[in-house]
Amino acid sequence: MAQLFPKSANVHARVTIFGLVILICGAGWATSTIYWSPYTTNVDVPLQQPIPFSHKHHVTDDGIDCRYCHTSVEKSSFAGIPPTETCMTCHSQLWTDAPVLASLRNSLATGQPLKWIRVNDLPDYVYFNHSAHVAKGIGCSNCHGRVDRMPLTRKAETLYMRWCLRCHENPQQFIRPRDKVFDMAWRAPPNQEEQGQALIRQYHVDTSGRLTNCSTCHR
Amino acid sequence: MHTQNRSPNTVDRSQSFSPLGYPTNLLTPGQTYATVNQTIADIPLKRAPGPWWVGFIISFLLLMMFLVAVTWLFWKGVGVWGINIPVAWGFAIVNFVWWVGIAHAGTFISAILLLLFQPWRTAINRFTEAMTLFAVCCAGLMPLFHLGRPWVFYWLFPYPDTMRLWPQFRSPLVWDVFAVGTYFTISLLFWYLGLVPDLATVRDRAKKLWQKKVYGFFALGWRNSASHWQRHQIAYLLLAGLATPLVLSVHSVVSFDFAVAIVPGWHSTIFPPYFVAGAIYSGFAMSLNIVIPVRKIYHLENLITDRYLNNMANIMLVTGMIVAYGYFIEALMAWYSGDIFEIYMMTNRAFGPYGWVFWVLMLFNVLVPQALWSGRIRRNPVLLFIVALFINAGMWIERFVIVITSLHRDFPPSMWAMFYPTKWDWMTLFGSVGLFLTLQFLFIRFVPMISISETRELVAEPQKANTL
Repeated sequence: MAQLFPKSANVHARVTIFGLVILICGAGWATSTIYWSPYTTNVDVPLQQPIPFSHKHHVTDDGIDCRYCHTSVEKSSFAGIPPTETCMTCHSQLWTDAPVLASLRNSLATGQPLKWIRVNDLPDYVYFNHSAHVAKGIGCSNCHGRVDRMPLTRKAETLYMRWCLRCHENPQQFIRPRDKVFDMAWRAPPNQEEQGQALIRQYHVDTSGRLTNCSTCHR
Repeated sequence: MHTQNRSPNTVDRSQSFSPLGYPTNLLTPGQTYATVNQTIADIPLKRAPGPWWVGFIISFLLLMMFLVAVTWLFWKGVGVWGINIPVAWGFAIVNFVWWVGIAHAGTFISAILLLLFQPWRTAINRFTEAMTLFAVCCAGLMPLFHLGRPWVFYWLFPYPDTMRLWPQFRSPLVWDVFAVGTYFTISLLFWYLGLVPDLATVRDRAKKLWQKKVYGFFALGWRNSASHWQRHQIAYLLLAGLATPLVLSVHSVVSFDFAVAIVPGWHSTIFPPYFVAGAIYSGFAMSLNIVIPVRKIYHLENLITDRYLNNMANIMLVTGMIVAYGYFIEALMAWYSGDIFEIYMMTNRAFGPYGWVFWVLMLFNVLVPQALWSGRIRRNPVLLFIVALFINAGMWIERFVIVITSLHRDFPPSMWAMFYPTKWDWMTLFGSVGLFLTLQFLFIRFVPMISISETRELVAEPQKANTL
């Protein structure tokens, strides 16, 4: 009987088999890479704002405290976006003619607030409270990263549930003294594990499982 | 081998019988390698007979109905079905358990009978393995349809998701995913491995080049050498060993879906063995419903002799008795428990609003199969076909009784409600039959439906073929 397939069919068979393995592994790797890249998570991607506001300039160069603008962060679930008037405490005197601030002046004149675009936007099915975190020793930089080094504001973390759980399961690795909450440069000391345990007791953080209960955040 | 020239399709009725009246031939006398090859391998190579087209077109129309039902379901949601609280598990789960059960005969025949050296698996193992694959396909779809959001079905698998949540491993519903997934994989490998030498036979008999190439491609370069056979047999036995525990485990896991819950009528320790017996029961019934007409249409009486039908009927009789025992124990335990809810469940099941379904079940699954005690019925293809149809319907009704009557009146009477299937429920059920039959018809058309190499083994060792 004549050969049905040329000799090269052997090569094709091997290439197909090994190629398929490589293709499946490669596709898995590519999917995971794209899935966890800023392309889908939007981490480190600055958004287009009405004014190119620089946290780096206002915090690092000018030394303004977070709470000067985000006034309700210690008292409310919402940290607060400053009204035009807060900006005007300085900018009624400084850079009064700067073209980049034209929309700010316009906002004051018309009474229409500026439309800032939310950078850290949690889904609506998540309950989140800034004041609770601040009161229990979770610092701004824990979630927002080094905002004092951001010329344009961007998300520092994915805000995915697995990221939340990293801390909710092991708060002792992240908790800091209350007086360091607004300290952008704070870093975990070498004895963070013991200090964290002590702070958990001191601040009455309930580690009996309440932090990982579904209905704590999904109410 | 003196009858080289006879037509392979002439039926030789000269059977030998055992003292108890069993037919003992697995092959009619006079079969040779040539007749076996010709009878089986020429079916995929020649034009399909008329009855095949009729059956295929009807099945395909049913499949299209399935498509309509599923499209509407995905468009509107599970509300198009009759399910609601308290009967949240309706036809989808009934169909799922029914199809998984049907899938069990394949592995039972191919793996367990192989390991037990039973030669009467030879002519039916290919059919039933294919039936297993197609029934698992139908079964696997049902729970996915039942998901409120079927497009996130992959949440059933443990993978690194953004929520860092794993599936609930304590839930039998997750065990189902793995049990059914494993079962399908092993069954597919086992089926394909057995097919390889036969595909080579078809390749060698094919006249047209494209047929040679297609079958040659899937025959993986099989040359019938001794070393090929040695490796093939080792792999085949290993896979049979792997598949054997699955016969028992898969339907046990399916029964845990119910037994782990606290609903009266579900929370019962008899469930795993009782489900496995029921699965093999319905699996053999479905095999007979397929084998009997196919044997007739393709004139395969020389290869699928009455002994096969007789033995399959025997298995149905045994498993049917185990299932009947299960029904009895369920009622007995309800009474013996002294638990008001258990006792009420049993009374309601037999005499409540769905009572008539229960008595139909008793008729179909317990009474009618008693006919199989008669050897004349076991060897009468038409009567056996009818009994098998009753059992298939009965096994579906059994799952209906378990799922619906247990749920519709469980604990507080304020929660009681009736379940009425909608036309979409029925279309999904009969549509899935269409999917199953369409795949089955395609299999019969394009794949050698009886193991050629194993039948040749019977020709080579006639003493094996003709002993009890």
